[in-house]
Amino acid sequence: MPYHCVVCIKQVPDTSNVTVDAMKEDGTVNRAALPAVFNPDDLHALEAAVALRDQYDGTVTALTMGPLGAAEALRECLYRGANRAILINDRRAAGSDTLATSYILSQAIRKIGQYDLVFCGRQAIDGDTAQVGPQLAEKLGIPQVTYFERFVEVSDRTVRVRRNVGNGWEILEAKLPLLITALDTANEPRPSAARRMMQYKRARTVAEVERDVAASLPDAGAEERDIAQANVIEKLKRRGLLIEQWGIDEIDADLQWCGVAGSPTKVHRVQSIVLTKEGFKGIEPTEEGVRGLIQELIVDHTLD
Amino acid sequence: MIEPNRQGEVWVFAEQEDESLSDVSLELCSKARELADRLKVPMAAVLAGWNVRELSYRLIAHGADTVYHIHDTRLEHYRTLPYARVVCRLVEKHKPQVVLYGATPLGRDLAPRVASEMRAGLTADCTDLEIGDYLERKSRTEHKNLLLQIRPAFGGNIIATIINYDRWPQMATVREGVMRLGEGDPRRKGTIVDEKAEFSDVDLAVRLIERHREKRKVNLKSARTIVAGGAGVGSKEEFQLIHDLAGAVGGAVGASRGAVDGGFISKDHQVGQTGTTVRPALYIACGISGAVQHRAGMEESAKIIAINWDREAPIFSVAHYGIVGELQKVIPLMIRAIKEK
Ligand SMILES: Cc1cc2nc3c(=O)[nH]c(=O)nc-3n(C[C@H](O)[C@H](O)[C@H](O)COP(=O)(O)OP(=O)(O)OC[C@H]3O[C@@H](n4cnc5c(N)ncnc54)[C@H](O)[C@@H]3O)c2cc1C
Ligand SMILES: Cc1cc2nc3c(=O)[nH]c(=O)nc-3n(C[C@H](O)[C@H](O)[C@H](O)COP(=O)(O)OP(=O)(O)OC[C@H]3O[C@@H](n4cnc5c(N)ncnc54)[C@H](O)[C@@H]3O)c2cc1C
Repeated sequence: MPYHCVVCIKQVPDTSNVTVDAMKEDGTVNRAALPAVFNPDDLHALEAAVALRDQYDGTVTALTMGPLGAAEALRECLYRGANRAILINDRRAAGSDTLATSYILSQAIRKIGQYDLVFCGRQAIDGDTAQVGPQLAEKLGIPQVTYFERFVEVSDRTVRVRRNVGNGWEILEAKLPLLITALDTANEPRPSAARRMMQYKRARTVAEVERDVAASLPDAGAEERDIAQANVIEKLKRRGLLIEQWGIDEIDADLQWCGVAGSPTKVHRVQSIVLTKEGFKGIEPTEEGVRGLIQELIVDHTLD
Repeated sequence: MIEPNRQGEVWVFAEQEDESLSDVSLELCSKARELADRLKVPMAAVLAGWNVRELSYRLIAHGADTVYHIHDTRLEHYRTLPYARVVCRLVEKHKPQVVLYGATPLGRDLAPRVASEMRAGLTADCTDLEIGDYLERKSRTEHKNLLLQIRPAFGGNIIATIINYDRWPQMATVREGVMRLGEGDPRRKGTIVDEKAEFSDVDLAVRLIERHREKRKVNLKSARTIVAGGAGVGSKEEFQLIHDLAGAVGGAVGASRGAVDGGFISKDHQVGQTGTTVRPALYIACGISGAVQHRAGMEESAKIIAINWDREAPIFSVAHYGIVGELQKVIPLMIRAIKEK
């Protein structure tokens, strides 16, 4: 039987290579100085969904909430096998903590309508909380299986899933719909397919169409531009190349639970970890140097 | 969601598996005790399971005034929904002001589910917790005695202080090994309150089919000295040097992810953000560059020795002693010096 899957993905600043330049004077992160990447765990979530669909038929819808630039990550989902891509972008969603983020994502999934499985990555490398998956499951009123490794059995509306909890593993049986958060050991993500890249590299969000049209018709009046935009959007839609773009109103979200207002956690202070060159005691890599060090450690009872 | 209430208790979710309490739960009891004393309120633990009532006494010894205990066969092994049901109902009933969980696979599965149902805030992976005041600029309201939740984010590159002043309880997860494990006082007195659980069919719909646990073989957390090797060690064969030095100083063997990925040693030796957090009396880092994710797990060590041939390696920024040199030469010198003493 076919399975309809939604995969939540996030575009994140590459935090694994943060240099001093990425930090502003006031201790906040200068996101502009960090390259945006596809959140690593989410590639595994996407792969799990695409593999399931390839085996049993169905659909894979990639969903992200983020800035307009996150369209790039959605295109990557299309290259790697997703059927449909949706961007949630709204100024009123800015400043969302994990609770507000999961609420907004849950409203978007409600609008998508039919779904059997929702896949998330285990954790995003910027906020680092691993909270959005379980919170989204609660908001949707469905069970969750975190730390997903693989499907042991898929039969009709029931799945058996193996999860890895660090000091062991377990197999859970759950009825669909179900939310899964994928570990990076779950699978080997397929690379982008060349054929799909050719096909989808022209996929665009409405905001990107507006930008492209404005660039190509710099002297056009508002009306002319609107007509040109409508034409392009119509054409993209027909060819399945429109990345849908929804705001808070389209997903019927209650503003009380979105953005800063909907976020119980508030960042009070942020401090960057500057690599302090405070200085260590240099020890020569010689017999005398090392012997002196060991002596010192014995004297101060660090070694006994 | 509950309203802020100044009389609310400080709670710890006591994680147990196979009738044994996780260390992090006891570490949290000590911290919660401290916070409760600052706030002048009682401290309590939530203990759910089957035949685990005895564990209450350890929680009391480590600082709990009250243990809310739920005994139910359906709670024998952890499953998200029944456990979340238990915690949510108790929070609604007793209205604690703070709830702390271990940032373990179990805690990180449970806490966000509870937070979402309670519509409360949850701060992940805190490395410190304090009590402090906060002035809300816009409304010029002063919020007194909030839980200041201090955590690294952005891959460990920043430290954020997070607060939650309007929708309570204030909840946080804390990594294992970050708070100090107190001695525990077996003479402390406390009360065990037996609570009942009620579940719907939906709560019980996910079934546990099979379960497998490994005994923790590597005990990095209690080691007084750790000798850790990184990618710079070069090979599995050369990693024997790290074992030899650990043997000479009577310490445990740790590793960076670089060494684990290189296949020099198994993952349970990994120190860092996705490994174990350690704070030994002495940490010797050999051929480890000192990426933030590694430093996050060891920089609280009392003394750090770094051996690396690259003078610019970031590991030196947290080191007390630095040896710029080739580890294959330096380590044998150290072993000899120790044996001589
Ligand atoms: C310094 C700092 C500290 C923070 N600390 C906290 C905190 O302790 N508690 C808190 O509630 N919030 C916190 N936040 C806010 C949090 O980072 C954001 O809410 C973020 O949008 C989601 O959290 P995450 O990055 O931790 O994602 P995670 O919960 O780690 O993400 C898990 C998975 O959820 C999915 N997902 C996450 N975000 C999106 C998205 N926007 N679109 C689609 N899918 C998504 C992905 O599949 C991802 O792999 C903090 C923010 C900052 C800047
Ligand atoms: C989300 C995430 C989580 C992570 N979690 C962890 C974690 O928990 N723990 C962890 O350790 N890493 C973690 N990492 C990986 C981390 O970013 C680094 O890649 C890793 O720590 C590097 O390991 P290393 O220092 O052994 O290797 P390298 O960075 O390759 O460093 C090797 C060092 O050895 C030195 N060297 C080489 N040969 C010699 C010699 N003969 N003598 C002396 N010195 C020599 C080199 O100068 C170099 O400094 C994580 C990364 C991410 C993105």
